[in-house]
Amino acid sequence: MTTTAPRSFQEIILRLQTYWASKGCAVLQPYDMEVGAGTFHPATTLRALGSRPWAAAYVQPSRRPTDGRYGENPNRLQHYYQYQVIIKPSPPDLQALYLGSLAAIGVDASVHDIRFVEDDWESPTLGAWGLGWEVWCDGMEVSQFTYFQQVGGHDCHPVSGELTYGLERLAMYVLGVDHVMDMPFNDPDAPIPLKYGDIFRQTEQEYSRWNFDQADTGMLLKHFEDAEAECTRILAADETDGAGRRIVMAHPAYDQCIKASHLFNLLDARGVISVTERQAYIGRVRALAKKCADAFVTTEAGGASEGRAA
Amino acid sequence: MPDLLIELFSEEIPARMQGKAREDLKKLITDGLVEAGLTYAGAHALSTPRRLTLAVEGLTAESKSVREERKGPATTAPEQAVQGFLRSTGLTMDQLEVRDAGKGQAYFAVIEKPGRKAADIVAEVLEGAIRTFPWPKSMRWGSGSLRWVRPLHSILCILSDEGGAEVVPLDVDGIASGNTTRGHRFLAPEAFSVTSFEDYAAKLKRAKVMLDPEERAEHIWHDATNAAFAAGLEVVEDKGLLTEVAGLVEWPVVLMGRIGEDFLGLPPEVLQASMKEHQKFFSCRNPKTGRIEGFITVANNEPADHGATILAGNQKVLSARLSDAKFFWENDLRTVAHTGLEGMAEGLANVTFHNKLGSQKDRIDRIEALAREIAPLVGAKPDLAAEAARVAKADLQSAMVGEFPELQGTMGVYYAKAAGLPDAVANACKEHYQPLGPSDAVPSDPVSVAVALADKVDTLTGFWAIDEKPTGSKDPFALRRAALGVIRLVLANKRRMALHDHFSEQLLRNDMAIATAQKRHHDEKAKKFKEETASGVTSFSLGVATVTRELDGRKVDARSPDLLAFFHDRLKVHLRDEGIRHDVIDACLAMPGNDDLTLLVKRAEALSAFLKTDDGGNLIQGFKRANNILSQAEEKDGVEYSFGADPKFAEDETERTLFAALDTAEAAIQPAMKAEDFGAAMSAMASLRAPIDAFFEAVQVNTDNEIVRRNRLNLLSRIRTICLSVADLTKLEG
Repeated sequence: MTTTAPRSFQEIILRLQTYWASKGCAVLQPYDMEVGAGTFHPATTLRALGSRPWAAAYVQPSRRPTDGRYGENPNRLQHYYQYQVIIKPSPPDLQALYLGSLAAIGVDASVHDIRFVEDDWESPTLGAWGLGWEVWCDGMEVSQFTYFQQVGGHDCHPVSGELTYGLERLAMYVLGVDHVMDMPFNDPDAPIPLKYGDIFRQTEQEYSRWNFDQADTGMLLKHFEDAEAECTRILAADETDGAGRRIVMAHPAYDQCIKASHLFNLLDARGVISVTERQAYIGRVRALAKKCADAFVTTEAGGASEGRAA
Repeated sequence: MPDLLIELFSEEIPARMQGKAREDLKKLITDGLVEAGLTYAGAHALSTPRRLTLAVEGLTAESKSVREERKGPATTAPEQAVQGFLRSTGLTMDQLEVRDAGKGQAYFAVIEKPGRKAADIVAEVLEGAIRTFPWPKSMRWGSGSLRWVRPLHSILCILSDEGGAEVVPLDVDGIASGNTTRGHRFLAPEAFSVTSFEDYAAKLKRAKVMLDPEERAEHIWHDATNAAFAAGLEVVEDKGLLTEVAGLVEWPVVLMGRIGEDFLGLPPEVLQASMKEHQKFFSCRNPKTGRIEGFITVANNEPADHGATILAGNQKVLSARLSDAKFFWENDLRTVAHTGLEGMAEGLANVTFHNKLGSQKDRIDRIEALAREIAPLVGAKPDLAAEAARVAKADLQSAMVGEFPELQGTMGVYYAKAAGLPDAVANACKEHYQPLGPSDAVPSDPVSVAVALADKVDTLTGFWAIDEKPTGSKDPFALRRAALGVIRLVLANKRRMALHDHFSEQLLRNDMAIATAQKRHHDEKAKKFKEETASGVTSFSLGVATVTRELDGRKVDARSPDLLAFFHDRLKVHLRDEGIRHDVIDACLAMPGNDDLTLLVKRAEALSAFLKTDDGGNLIQGFKRANNILSQAEEKDGVEYSFGADPKFAEDETERTLFAALDTAEAAIQPAMKAEDFGAAMSAMASLRAPIDAFFEAVQVNTDNEIVRRNRLNLLSRIRTICLSVADLTKLEG
């Protein structure tokens, strides 16, 4: 297949959207909360659980406060984009589908060196793990490829295949750009051409300062405790509402779990969490994720009505 | 005789697992075939990232039929017994034979097991192997429940002979066997069928797959050395990396590139670590300057542009990686310039070493105290050893070691030199970790030796203090390695030290650390409790009680002998490798001062050499004879003959000669022992051989004359005493 080379960051995203839509994925929109990675989107974390088939693709803005570099580092950002594909059960030709997506964005496998290098994925905060690879293109990691084995402490049956593309890094490679801030965001010939830096240089500076120096740690701590308490409380609430309907609040509870996770990341960036406390905080978030998973599998979307004989 | 070919084709198998997987496949299949009654001439297993292959040559076409006869109960036995026999044999009453069994008639079962076709056996064995394959980590995929290292796509299984090839039919969770496979993922992705191993290997090669991992490794090494040579460089050998890279590619294509000028100033270890760790590149060294100036990358593709795109991409990734490394390097040097190496070490107070033993800083303080004590014993200046101990682990806080943990120590040397510290201190940063294994070099610089000993003794006493000793094959803190390290440091440098003293000191320091850590935990809990309940909690007072015990007139920590015994076990293994028998070591261990390893080994070496001489071997026999006679008499008489042998009661000339010889030997042995001249002591002891032999030849110890008998027994006691003053010869075997 010959494809013309994409010309901008957004064109790469659009091509991935078109490609995965053509392969039958529901193209979702980003989750409207601060998360550390695309995996946190309930479309992945929760939908990987239970027996119902699922296929989704989406862009997820992701935040890693400790990675902030005031917009100066060529490829480190505290806010960046991941492209996420999740298909359950994982199709037998998932590797080929993935390679097709690289071709769609102009990576021609016949002139590049594409390799699947062992990488076991584990998320201690989500109580999740899987096996797979990091995919290398000419020595650069361009994606993570994972077969989920467990999420929130539950075995995945059937297994989901998850693909995660680090969009900035991949795009910089495809577009031949050395500094992320120099990358064309829209078409370079557009009436108003915008570079990545035009959109994000200032925000990177502002957030780097806030993340590292200014965020009110007392407030963050309190918010962490609040999120944890709310998550636990609403999962413990009676499953039947005032009108006699059974409504388990798995998603609202999971929102609180996501919040706690991001608050922990902010506290970490502020350097107020010691090595020993770190493990304890991660354990607390994991406990929430596990409770949410336990709740989700009792719901319709979690496959409860399909029977769990398998 | 057919040949069997099996290929299990999957998504990419991790490189590090392929070697063992080949062995496991070969073993599982060949064992299974043999157990089922087949034989074979040879078998070999091969692998690529996407396939595990086994070729078995000269397999028997079927298993032999087996006739088994089993004797059952007597015909007169109760019905229940007969029914039980029928159940266990799976036969019916009319199939049993009745025969004479000596004591009357009995039932006999004759079970014929017909031979089975190789294909049936292969199908069964292969399915079993797939289902029970011992991958270190395996997974499920899709909707299935089968486990494999990564999704398994196809099974090729054929039996072939002159007549042609047939597929061995089997189906594992929907994956049916066949005779087809695929070539290289990008270069020849089409499926093709094969008829034999030779056909398979040849077609794979045409389809750009080099099946044999050895061949791939050789190919990579050959092309890499050539490419480097052409550029005036040499490839830095790395067997582990070569094996790994050979496990990442089906069709290796070697490409060489140059490292950018900007990065040539980085330490070579940093360049190597970064390129190996992140990119799996080989390093190329300039033999004239010793600098790392180039790299080799191995691609799994053969593109039309001869790899120009691939190389350019790799070069770019490398530059980004090395920019990071350079950033770490410059940052670390800046930290050192501002705060010195001790400043860099400060953060170690926040790094937990072990939750019961406190922080890395606490540990460094303990090591410093011990290094200061040990320094004079190993010829180091105490202040210098203490300084080295304080900074030796500082680089654990550096950005570079944070990124590349394997550079711990190595970076310390660079940073210590940058901080202007003396060479001895700088070198100790790396050398205090040594020896890392039985074949690693032992440091000889006194400062390094002092810190290395203190580091290891602290580790050992710490884990002894919290009772985390190695058990069986479990040694998570590598305590056996630490003990062997101490042994090798002491022996190689011929240093004299009484380990009990240092163990006792350091056990006490660790006890204090444990108590402090407990208090800290308690205080934290109390604080939290107070905040939550607004009530007070009684404070926790710090107390350390150490039990000591007397040993050869010295006071030692009660746990020290157990730790020393752990050392002695390691020492036995170490000395066995040097050709010293374990019973010889036991004989020396029984002597006082056995915590002084150099002394102990000196004694063992002298005894070992002595036993190899004619006199030595015979003397031991004489000693044993004397000791046996004496022990039996003592047991029988209920007394100890230990004093008062008098020459005047000697009746025989040999007896008088023995008296004189013992006097002479004793006079020589005592000062020799005092001077630790074990060789001289042993040769003095050897001089007793002839008189003892002659004595036993001529004289009967247990005579009727009670006075003479008692005198002779007391004489034997002198032999025993003198000999035992050299080593506990009763421990010797044979």
